[in-house]
Amino acid sequence: MVPILLGVILLAPLGAVIGCLGIRHPRFVELLNLAAAVSVFLAVLVLLPLALAGPYLFWGGYLIVDPLSAWVLLSVASVYLLASIYAIGYMRSSPDRDLYRFYALFAGFGLTTLAGPLMNNVGVYWIAIELTTLVSTFLVCFELGRESIEAAWKYIVIVSGGISLALLGIIFYYWGGSLIVGATYDLTWAMLRHVAPQVDHTIGLMSFLLVFIGFGTKVGLAPMHTWLPDAHSEGPAPVSAMLSGALLNTAMVGIVRFIQVSDAAQLGLMPRTVVVSIGALSLFVAALFITRQTGIKRLMAYSSVEHMGVMALGFGFGGPLGVAGALYHMLGHSLNKSLMFFGAGNAMHVFHSKRIGRMHRVLSRMPVSGLLWLAGAVAITGAPPFGLFPGEFTILRAGLAGPNGWAALIMLILLIVIFVGFLNHFRAMYFGHAMKPRDETRHVPDRSAAERHEPLSGWCLVPMWLALIPLLVLGLWWPQSFMHYFSAIATELSMGGSP
Amino acid sequence: MFAAQLPPLVASLFSLVAIASLLLSFVMLGSRWLTDYLVAFAAQSWLIACLSAAIGYYGHFPELYVIAALTALFRGVVLPYLILGIIKRLDVDREMHERLSPSACLVVGALLVLFAFLISSHLGQALGLSGTVAVLALTVMLSMKLIGFLMLTVRNEALSQILALLVLENGIFLGSQILVPGMPLLIELVILFDLLVVVACFGVLVRFLLAQTGTSDASRLRRLVG
Repeated sequence: MVPILLGVILLAPLGAVIGCLGIRHPRFVELLNLAAAVSVFLAVLVLLPLALAGPYLFWGGYLIVDPLSAWVLLSVASVYLLASIYAIGYMRSSPDRDLYRFYALFAGFGLTTLAGPLMNNVGVYWIAIELTTLVSTFLVCFELGRESIEAAWKYIVIVSGGISLALLGIIFYYWGGSLIVGATYDLTWAMLRHVAPQVDHTIGLMSFLLVFIGFGTKVGLAPMHTWLPDAHSEGPAPVSAMLSGALLNTAMVGIVRFIQVSDAAQLGLMPRTVVVSIGALSLFVAALFITRQTGIKRLMAYSSVEHMGVMALGFGFGGPLGVAGALYHMLGHSLNKSLMFFGAGNAMHVFHSKRIGRMHRVLSRMPVSGLLWLAGAVAITGAPPFGLFPGEFTILRAGLAGPNGWAALIMLILLIVIFVGFLNHFRAMYFGHAMKPRDETRHVPDRSAAERHEPLSGWCLVPMWLALIPLLVLGLWWPQSFMHYFSAIATELSMGGSP
Repeated sequence: MFAAQLPPLVASLFSLVAIASLLLSFVMLGSRWLTDYLVAFAAQSWLIACLSAAIGYYGHFPELYVIAALTALFRGVVLPYLILGIIKRLDVDREMHERLSPSACLVVGALLVLFAFLISSHLGQALGLSGTVAVLALTVMLSMKLIGFLMLTVRNEALSQILALLVLENGIFLGSQILVPGMPLLIELVILFDLLVVVACFGVLVRFLLAQTGTSDASRLRRLVG
């Protein structure tokens, strides 16, 4: 059963890529990509309970299905599905006619992000991450404007440079292991864990730091986050959602698994303290840039930096609580950030601008989608009753109980700052008065501009509902089966950071 | 550990090759001409290919011959050829406004090598490997890494940045040949292939860059801030 599901998860997007390149009819390619996304999502839903039975290895040990990878697949597949639905509406409103190129790249991006968490060989995992960069670069600069090329250039240079540090770290670690078990051994996560107790501590620590910085660049942790706001703000909205909700999680898997290895190597508290400090720094940087942000999608991008910081804090605190909180947060963030980028895409469509200052009285211009977006904004700041609140709260509890309690306090303060700063932008957009009195006179041409373009299509609204409803459910009810799942992952990671 | 048990002659041969590749990255640092970078990179790749073959021979790792052939083919011929194509199309032959003059770069590069040596000798002492070729390999690997990052920061031309990224990878490749010659073949193959894809992507991007901004000077890309 599991091999069939894996086949669906990997072959459906691959088939979509080939189909899109072969048959270039625009209506066909969007449906083909959607069909691939739906089948991937269904396959992941079926796979999720099966994965609990333990790690399965396939293809000579190159693919692994364990609870952690299945959980990450769930968030990736949800975002892929939502973004595929949204893309149909969003990309139609853009004048570009070579949609087949977009959907081929989009399905390819889906494929690489889905493949990443499944990789059991550390080297191949690294390559999967590198491939996600290469594919998504062309999605970021799909609109071929000057800014989007700039964003794509920064993205590929910074991320390739950063991720080569991760490769260096992996090779260091392999070297450390080869001093013990001989020149040749499999470069699997399990094997790294197996040799860990005997690896020299200097090598272990150095390779952990290199890998953390390398994959941290891809995850978008400060101070390696500089590519993230550019890439996320310049791509088309469905691509931004995929980058933020799917790609970052895929890269986070590498960090989580390497924390596990460094735990096995008994490096003491140092690795976790580094992860926690970088997480807190990400929150701090995000708080600064969120409060003074002028671009709507850059606001969302910095919010991704914030949430990746929160996740890093969760995994860094460790223990059953920290892991559970971080994983719950991962799913919630994926859904919520998709919702936010969809809303931003709709607002940009309606107001013809990326600037927050140009958006006024959002509710009167886009009532339904505006309401959903506002709910999403409340949710993304971690307010109840939405899904991010229980996750963040659990992470806080884990942190306060552990040895890095200072970071939990910093997190609490910065989350409040971000709450105020983020929602202040929404207050101004929804209920604020226009900055200049001149706006009243400009009101008439504004209206005509609003009437000129076609209204938002249903394709742009449905995914927002589909993201918000589970988010609300997750906020009100933390299913017991999730808790079993998280404790299985926590045991599997055997994290011993905090109680 | 393979590198610690080599006969002295072989060890010095490896050291020679490693140091020569390090010197070639200094050639890149000390020049402003793109073709110089390219030739230095190609020569470096050929040296690494020779190193792989030599390690395969002395360490009895037959699969390293495959790696050596592919390294020479991909990094020594195909990649430089692709990049030469980009250079010709771009119609730029030198770095115009570098942030740090080549001579200053050489000084900073020397300091970086010193730093790399400090780290690797510390590591070597911790592992009881001081004085072996392993320490030298570590030094060269870290130095090339640091020099690559230095080039990325101070050079503005799009092509210099691509070549800087390739130097980063060359450093890792060189170090890994000496330190972990037994690394699974598949990994190295895929990394080689991956490089090809990277350069192809960069080629396309550079073309977009040129079409949009009329220049391949990456320092002009500074609209997105904050």
